[in-house]
Amino acid sequence: MKNKINHSMSLAKPDAIGVSNKQKIALSIGIIGLFILILALFNVNFPNKGVFLALSITLISMGIVVYSREAYLTKPEGIKNDGVWFKSISSRGVWGWLLGIILTVFYIVLYFFPAYLGLADNGSDNTGLIGLFDPLSKLLSGKPASQWFVYGTLYTLAILAFGYKFILKYKHNRYQQIRTVSVMFFQLGFAFLIPEFMYVLNSDLPYYDLKSIWPLNYYIFDEWSVKKFLSNGNIGLGFLLFGIISIFVITPILTYKYGKRWYCSWVCGCGGLAETAGDAFRQLSSKKMVAWKIERWLIHLILIFSVVMTTAMVYTYLGNSKNDFWLTRSLFITLFIGFLTFLFAGILFFKKNELGNDTKYGAISFFVIIMLLVFMHLTATTEHVFYIKGSSLRSVYGIYIGSIFSGVIGTGFYPILGNRFWCRFGCPMAAILGLQQRLFSKFRITTNGGQCISCGNCSNSCEMGIDVRHYAQKGENIVRSSCVGCGICAAVCPRGVLKLENSSMKGRINSNEILLGNSVDLMNLVNQNSNK
Amino acid sequence: MEEHIVIIGNGISGVTAARHIRKRSNKKITIISSETPYFFSRTALMYVYMGHMKFEHTQPYENWFWKKNRIELKNEYVNQVDVKTKTVFFASGNSLQYDKLILATGSKPNKFGWPGEDLKGVMGMYHKQDLESLEKYAPNNNLCKRAVIVGGGLIGIELAEMLHSRHIPVTFLVRENSFWNNVLPSGESDMLNKHIKNHDIDLRLGVNLKEIKADKNGKARAVIIEETNEEIPCDIVGLTAGVSPNINFLKHSEIEIAKGVKVNRFLETNIQDVYAIGDCAQQHEAIDQRRPIESVWYTGRMMGETVAQTICGNRLEYKPGNWFNSAKFFNIEYQTYGWVFAKPREGEAHFHWKHDDDTKCITICYDKNTKTFLGINTFGIRMRHDVFDRWLTEKRQIDFVIKNLSKANFEPEFYNHFETKIQLAFNRQLQIV
Ligand SMILES: Cc1cc2nc3c(=O)[nH]c(=O)nc-3n(C[C@H](O)[C@H](O)[C@H](O)COP(=O)(O)OP(=O)(O)OC[C@H]3O[C@@H](n4cnc5c(N)ncnc54)[C@H](O)[C@@H]3O)c2cc1C
Ligand code: SF4
Ligand code: SF4
Repeated sequence: MKNKINHSMSLAKPDAIGVSNKQKIALSIGIIGLFILILALFNVNFPNKGVFLALSITLISMGIVVYSREAYLTKPEGIKNDGVWFKSISSRGVWGWLLGIILTVFYIVLYFFPAYLGLADNGSDNTGLIGLFDPLSKLLSGKPASQWFVYGTLYTLAILAFGYKFILKYKHNRYQQIRTVSVMFFQLGFAFLIPEFMYVLNSDLPYYDLKSIWPLNYYIFDEWSVKKFLSNGNIGLGFLLFGIISIFVITPILTYKYGKRWYCSWVCGCGGLAETAGDAFRQLSSKKMVAWKIERWLIHLILIFSVVMTTAMVYTYLGNSKNDFWLTRSLFITLFIGFLTFLFAGILFFKKNELGNDTKYGAISFFVIIMLLVFMHLTATTEHVFYIKGSSLRSVYGIYIGSIFSGVIGTGFYPILGNRFWCRFGCPMAAILGLQQRLFSKFRITTNGGQCISCGNCSNSCEMGIDVRHYAQKGENIVRSSCVGCGICAAVCPRGVLKLENSSMKGRINSNEILLGNSVDLMNLVNQNSNK
Repeated sequence: MEEHIVIIGNGISGVTAARHIRKRSNKKITIISSETPYFFSRTALMYVYMGHMKFEHTQPYENWFWKKNRIELKNEYVNQVDVKTKTVFFASGNSLQYDKLILATGSKPNKFGWPGEDLKGVMGMYHKQDLESLEKYAPNNNLCKRAVIVGGGLIGIELAEMLHSRHIPVTFLVRENSFWNNVLPSGESDMLNKHIKNHDIDLRLGVNLKEIKADKNGKARAVIIEETNEEIPCDIVGLTAGVSPNINFLKHSEIEIAKGVKVNRFLETNIQDVYAIGDCAQQHEAIDQRRPIESVWYTGRMMGETVAQTICGNRLEYKPGNWFNSAKFFNIEYQTYGWVFAKPREGEAHFHWKHDDDTKCITICYDKNTKTFLGINTFGIRMRHDVFDRWLTEKRQIDFVIKNLSKANFEPEFYNHFETKIQLAFNRQLQIV
């Protein structure tokens, strides 16, 4: 008998994918709203841009709201995954691919050809899609829209509208609801509104989304950014300091107490989009062992790249002589290498056991970074590091990692690779938080004794591609650096096996091969063996 | 040459045995199954039909796992075992020699000789082939206008949920006068009756199937109810009136069988070097208050772990700890720890608490005289296995359990807690008594 079956074994379409009439109307409303944007994109010149923009946004939101209410409020509360692997859009069917292609094209245009969106040349007025957003931008900050403003608005709209959908979908689950309200709040307030208002108050400050922390915010230590902060007196200095404190104080404390979820699934904008608009695609992440291996290589290489790149950036605008500024190049490099060594030695000393086989990789990464930095210091000239202009290094990072990976592939490929592709394979912030989550955090997913029936619902819906079942069926707690604590695995488990918890570090990692409920002799015997 | 261990059945019990034998030895291991080439989780079959998962997601190990661990898989049906020559014979005509044989053949759905039980469109819900048959006869509500399910147990209600997910109208025939009340106390069973009906399931309590009528193509077209002679038109009939060991092929072997394969506490059969584990094993005498045949997931796993020890030279008795289990009834999760019977037995009492919304309740069973805690059923509230396991072993008093109930809470963060309400209800009940 053949094991491989097509996504539905039936010849006729299962009815579970049916969409009610009311939902069809809702879809049409939403599509009309989108259509206004598309017309604008093709340079239809709307007479009263503000009205049409408002209309478009209202129709899109209304479409999503009505659709979701019909989908979830008409049914009893519970897990709503019926038919996700039958629907074309959520199972890499034709619609899924189509959506993936449209999103990807949109991102490419956005990052590399904003003129097609109607971005004005110097001096002239915006046209097309960006022109349509001018009224809103002027209302908020007084300046005309840019492609980033358009993107930011649509991004926020998506998080808010699909966030609402998500809240209804999990109307029985307070953890999901509160966390979603949180990402909606941070997106609307911190990423969208506050930077615009900050611009009104002080137009010289660089765009600063307070919740965006280095290395996710890889340009915060750029020369222009630092200069702008420093030239803006106490406010600027305050922001810069806040940026540094976020990295070295706030992040470690919160991650220690709550795991990386406090950021990745409660605050972060990338995470916010993934959890709301991307929710329908979470099951598409690969759970294969190979994927996990690639993940660990890729994400740490990018982390190394971003650390070296940032150091190099700061390095290039420092001088060699003490007379200009107390922080000279040599001092900076020495301090930084010292800091890394201190960190690495600390980890080795306290956490050797937890690291296990990964100690080797940790050591290699550490030496690679140190060697790169020393090499850089020895070969640098005033303008050049690694024989190229310092700013080119930053552009390479910006284009390949910041734009192509996180935007084009990360979001554009939602319907193909799952909603957290960037978070899992690329994000250097996630890598740092993950390292800490694994070694210094109270967070874990507790497994409920021997109750697991190996059904696989948890693994299937893990957006980070963690094979949760692998641990649960052995009665092991899940302590994985990539877990963003979305809590969906726990929500969908039909046997109540999983619980996200912050509890004492002791007994956090338990790997007893024999499960609870077993013969007492056997448990004692095997646990003795594993303690040896 | 290393000993050759042959395991018939690639379900949880057979696979667990194989994995643990591999961990402890270098023996040659072969697993035979006629159902699927790779191990999958039977408990997840429903989610495939409901579209939550694809079939491949029900496989807990990736396909390379078996080769890497040197566990050979054979896709064959065994129709005879000769214990004298230590040979298993396959339906394909091939055969295989073993040094030690583990029978882990699981169960098959019960059929009670109903007229029409073998018609097309009549199926159990156990094997992957049943799922395929369901996909064929009930892919949607155009081709299947109504389904009738016979037998109100855990699999029956799963089948009802499956069909419901595709908007297929369901008539659910249950012999008992309240759903699963041969196992659950009446308050709980009653709550479930309402929950089932809330999902538009046509639940018929206290009725039996008389016969299944065929259409001219030999496919089911209606069922007749014993008590009323009512005819209910339908396109498929699901038979879910329990399961029994799948051991017909052993009838002519010398291995002792009754309902299942008879084993002692070491999971050994009457024939040397032949063992039986999982759903198909039947204890000579029931252990503790368990049934002689246990057809649940985790006992299969435990028997697999135990027999692996024995086979690797550490002869070990099967000694399951405190009883526990879990299930889900549409949206209501159920867990049980220790023993709570449908009616308190001699010397026992039940404390029952139900939430106003009629989807959460607990029942605690305790000894009337010594006040020892004996077990708990919990619906709609997740609780901790290790805590109850410890309390049962320590023989805690009911007062202690009620007072410390929050320590056993396993609900997600930010959920409402009901321990205070439960404590109040308990104290009130004490005062009345
Ligand atoms: C729909 C459903 C839901 C369930 N849900 C739960 C649950 O939630 N919790 C729980 O505890 N239990 C549950 N169970 C019960 C649980 O799945 C079984 O107890 C468990 O799978 C038994 O495992 P096993 O290894 O003994 O046998 P099986 O899993 O039945 O495996 C035996 C295998 O051997 C094969 N086989 C049999 N005879 C031969 C032969 N002669 N030749 C070759 N191959 C042969 C069979 O085809 C089968 O593949 C559920 C069962 C079903 C059907
Ligand atoms: S393991 Fe669970 S909580 Fe963690 S990312 Fe995966 S689904 Fe979310
Ligand atoms: S933890 Fe829950 S969802 Fe995951 S395999 Fe086990 S029972 Fe299924």
